[in-house]
Parts: sequence; structure tokens; C-alpha cells
Amino acid sequence: MDLLEYQGKQFFASYGIPVSDGAATDNVDEAVAIAERVGYPVVVKAQVHTGGRGKAGGVKLAENADECRTHAGNILGLDIKGHIVNIIWVEKASDIAEEYYASFTLDRSAKKHLGMLSAEGGVEIESVAETNPDAIAKIHIDPVVGLTEAAARDWVTTAKLNPAATDGAVDILLKLYTAYTEGDADLVEINPLILKPTGEVHALDAKVSLDGNAIYEHPDYEQYEATQPRDEREQAAFEKGLQYVGLEGSVGVIANGAGLAMSTVDVINQVGGNAANFLDIGGGANADVMAGALEVINNDPDVKSIFINIFGGITRGEEVANGIVEAMKRVKIDSPIVIRLDGTNAEEGRAILVPHLDDKLMMADTMLEAAGKSVELADSRR
Amino acid sequence: MSIFIDETTKVVYQGLTGSQGRYYGLLNREYGTQVVAGTNPKKAGTDVDGIPVFANVAEAVEATGATASCIFIPAPGVQAAVLEAAEAGIEFIVAITEGVPAQDEAYFYNKLKDEFPNTQMLGPNCPGIISPGKANIGITANHISKPGGPVGIVSRSGTLTYQALWELKGNDIGVTTCVGIGGDPVPGTSFIDCLRAFEADPETKAVMMIGEIGGSAEEEAAEFIKDHMTKPVSVYIAGVTAPPGKKMGHAGAIVSGGKGTAAAKMEALRDAGALIGNNPTECGVLMTEIVAAL
Repeated sequence: MDLLEYQGKQFFASYGIPVSDGAATDNVDEAVAIAERVGYPVVVKAQVHTGGRGKAGGVKLAENADECRTHAGNILGLDIKGHIVNIIWVEKASDIAEEYYASFTLDRSAKKHLGMLSAEGGVEIESVAETNPDAIAKIHIDPVVGLTEAAARDWVTTAKLNPAATDGAVDILLKLYTAYTEGDADLVEINPLILKPTGEVHALDAKVSLDGNAIYEHPDYEQYEATQPRDEREQAAFEKGLQYVGLEGSVGVIANGAGLAMSTVDVINQVGGNAANFLDIGGGANADVMAGALEVINNDPDVKSIFINIFGGITRGEEVANGIVEAMKRVKIDSPIVIRLDGTNAEEGRAILVPHLDDKLMMADTMLEAAGKSVELADSRR
Repeated sequence: MSIFIDETTKVVYQGLTGSQGRYYGLLNREYGTQVVAGTNPKKAGTDVDGIPVFANVAEAVEATGATASCIFIPAPGVQAAVLEAAEAGIEFIVAITEGVPAQDEAYFYNKLKDEFPNTQMLGPNCPGIISPGKANIGITANHISKPGGPVGIVSRSGTLTYQALWELKGNDIGVTTCVGIGGDPVPGTSFIDCLRAFEADPETKAVMMIGEIGGSAEEEAAEFIKDHMTKPVSVYIAGVTAPPGKKMGHAGAIVSGGKGTAAAKMEALRDAGALIGNNPTECGVLMTEIVAAL
């Protein structure tokens, strides 16, 4: 799960990484109160899960209460690439001598942690990687060994940071690595990591993505669920515990297994249609899960047909078929459904479905045929 | 021949006394797998339908001679379970559990590599491995594959693995071994590990490979195929239409910054000489043609 900047800064601060004094708020009066407390000038920053905030007018410097009030008022409610700003972060403005970049993430290819450090921070690291790859100092870290202080010091030297920044940078990198590993993050990134004219090193921004699988180790991460970017459909699916991703098309998809669900979305595309979603209902396909899935898809106004794609492995075909029949009794479905049921005891399962077949519930033998039929139905109901 | 496991492989089930462990452990035994032991420190001395339960893997190995283990322990306990198996001298660990934190996976992957070079891990978050007609370790249904060969399967996705077995069975094609390597960021066994083993296995004549978007494992496999594989390979990659930056169920299935796209993977594999199917069925048809021409 991706954290907003202020959550990332609080996360960093909890590991002792220096960040600017500030606070988050959803209203103008409080924004001014925060500014008065930390002292002007302050920076008012939109908290949204997207980049390009500055260009969109979501980051402003305020020298006094009037300016703070104006900026906070303008930024709250702002639409940045489809993300409405509900929260702003107000922090003390920093004097900047130099801007660096630092991050840790997993290198899946090397199967080790990858640290990246650059003296060219403050810009998109992707563009640095393209135009001047030598400006990024990379190190691989064996998780069993960890990042030693000596390795961090060498790394800072290799990255050619200002010598005045060395001690501060080493300290922050060691703490950042601890935050990354002990905090179970997929990514921690500071851009820019700044050197102040006074010689201190400081995290001016925070990008943090936490591993949802590790919530059991960090119960407080539950709080971040509330600010995850989900559309209405995704929120409804999330509340039902479904693995759902909203897409733009008109064919609703229900499949068991992430691979099969992705494959279903692909096949719909190959026959000239577009899927409205990715939805993996997991290995079993009982009535409860199926009913929940159908409900979420049925509430999507863009859905014109539904493709249920089930491969019975351990779960037998007749269990799947009974689940579908039972679910359809519970949820009133507007769009026609095409089912492809294959695998273990598929014939027995299909036999259960046969008496229920009509122009709202159809069956197809193969994935391709079912995809073709559901796309045709979606097109005809546009 | 099969790769990694066969009918003589003795397996200890870590978590046999849990509901999942018991269910699949007994199904695996029914298939012919030598399920020789279970472990549970609180239930040592008891048994699960005749399978003895030991306090730990070392005791199970001592008593039964098990060389493989299968882990059905909940995610928080997987790291300890993997290391326990490795310390007990287990050579092949199959970790079925999903939801293991990536930091844990990165840690125990490297720990095994650094300190237990004779231990190979499969998974976590995988369906396991089946050598049809010989042994099944994991959660693959018993009757969806045809024994014998000449095809080996390696797959990153669970249900698509089953789909592949089923497509081949439908075309009356046998499988030597089917390995589900799992969709997590740090899989213990890679595509390349399996491709190398299939290339060396005289009974495997062709390989079917199923990949997904995200990461670069397929691109690395393409390099290996180009340089080292003499046997034909058919490939399907799921996620052609997945939007960038969205997680598609698996921790692994995510495209970031234009890297790890299905198109790039298919291109690399095509260049390496593999045949690319646009969907699982087409991939099965391609394999049927390959087998017919052998």
C-alpha cells in the first residue's frame, strides 16, 4: 500500500530520519494554526497518490497567514489528475543548498535489496537514469548481511555527494534501510534528500510503499487502508475481501486465480472487447464469494455482460455450479452472464447449470468462445 | 524421468495437523506421494490418519529419512519453517503458503543460498510440484494431468498451471513434471532452474512455460533458452492488457514504468526461439503440434 507524503514522513520520523516540522489537515483554519506553530515561511502541499503536484498548483509557499489561508483554500478540493485533494500537509519551508536522491527497493532479478543514491536529486530519477546513468550510485545489499556503516560511507563517497553531507547522509541511509526492512516496505524513497546551508541533511519528501502482506507484524498499518486510492467499485470489492481491480471496459469478469483472471481480461481483449474489471475469487467458488463478486460487478453501471471463468481444480465442478446457482438466487443481476466451467467434474457441473440456462445465463465450452459471446452481448446492449 | 521429485521422495509436511495441511497432505498421499511425517511441536507423538507427527523437522528426518518438506504453515511462521527444514538437512522445500512478506522471502532466499547450498526451495505462494503418476506435493488436483511425458511444465500462476495440465491431458499428452514456481517477488526456484532441469531430463522432450507480467524472470528465461535449450518451448504470458502500476492479485504481477510488460516478455522469448501462444488454449495447441512433430 502506498502512503501519502505526510504518512511517509511520519513513518520516516518514527525511525529517526529528520523531516520538516509540520502537520496534516483537511481544513483551512487548522492549516493556518499549523503554520503559526511551525513558523513562516511554510509550504502547503496537496496529499494525493499521484505525481506532478507542483505543476498542478498543489504545492505553494506561504510567507504569512493570509497567503497560507489562500493557498490552503485553493489546494483543498483541487483536482490533480483525477485525484481530489482532501488533505494538505503544512510544513516549515527549508533552505536548500543541494538536492540528492536516495531509495531502497527489492531487485527481483538479483534477489537482493537495491540501494540507489544520486547527487542529482529533486528531479525524476527515471530521467537521470536515462540521461546520466552514471550519476546514480547503486549497491546491492544481501538481506542476511544488511547495510553496514562502512558500506554506507563508501556508497556516499561513490555517489559524490558534497563531503559536508557525508555524515548526515550516512546516518539517514542507515535509518532508511532499517525503516525499509523492519518496516516491511516495498519501496522507500527520498527525493529530494537535501543538504541545508547550515550543513544538516534532511528528508524533504517521502515516498513509501508498504507490503500489505506484513500487516500482521504492524497492526498500525491498518490506518493506511483508509487513504488508499480506490474507486467506488474497488472500495466495495475491498470491503468484501475480493481481489478486484477496476478497468474501463464493459465485460465484467469473475475468475478463480489471479493468472486465470488476468488471462480472461486478455482473451476478452483479443476477441475485440474490453473488460470492466479484474476479479479473482480464489481457489474455491462458493455461493457467498460468488454472490459478493456478482454484486460488485452488477453495481458497475458500465458492465453490459458478465463472463464467469472457472477452472475446477480441487474444487469440483458441481460445487462451483451450485455456488453460482445459489448466488444468482441471492443477487438480482441486470446483465447477461456467460459461464465457462472447465476442469475437475466440469461435466457434472455443467449438468447442474443446464436447467437454469436462458437468455440471461449462458454457457460456453471454451474460454475463447465464452469471451466472444460475452463481448457480443456487451456490444448489443450498449 | 521426472525432475526434482518422484515416487521415492519422502516428504515431511510442516503444518500437517492444520486444516489445509491435513487436507492436502492426505490428498497427496492418496496420489502416491510418500507422505512420511508431519510436524507440530505441540502434537508430537500423535498421528494424522496414520502419518506420524514429530516435534520438529530434524526429528522427522531422523526417524523417517525424509528429504523433502512441504510447508502449510501460516505466513508469519514460514521463515522459521523454511530455516528449520534447511537446518534439518531437507534438500527440497515446497512452500505453499501465500501472503509471506517480501522482506522475509528476500531474507530466507539469501540465507539458504549463503548457508544451505544443498537445499532448494520452491515457492512460497505456489501450487507445488507434480510428477504425474509418481508424486504430487502441494495443492494441484490429482486427476488433471496425464502421466508419462514428453512435456515438462513450468508456471508462475496457479490456475493457469492447472489449465495447462488440463489442455495437454485433453490432447492426450503426458507430463513428466509440472512445477508451479509461484507469483511472489522472490521465488525460491526460478524458470531457469526448471528449464535447466528439463533440458537435462532425457524423458522431457519439450517444455511449456507460463509467465506473467512484472519482474524480469521471463526475460532472463529467454536468455537461457537462447543459449542453452535444445528442446522446443511454448510460452504463454498472462497480463497483456493489464494497466501499468496496478497489482493484479499476485504480489508479483505488477507492471511498473513500462518494464516487465507482457509485450516485452513475449518479444524476448520469441527472439529466443520459443513459440508464443496468445492464450492458454493456443499455447496448448502449439505444444500439441510440437509433440506431434517430435
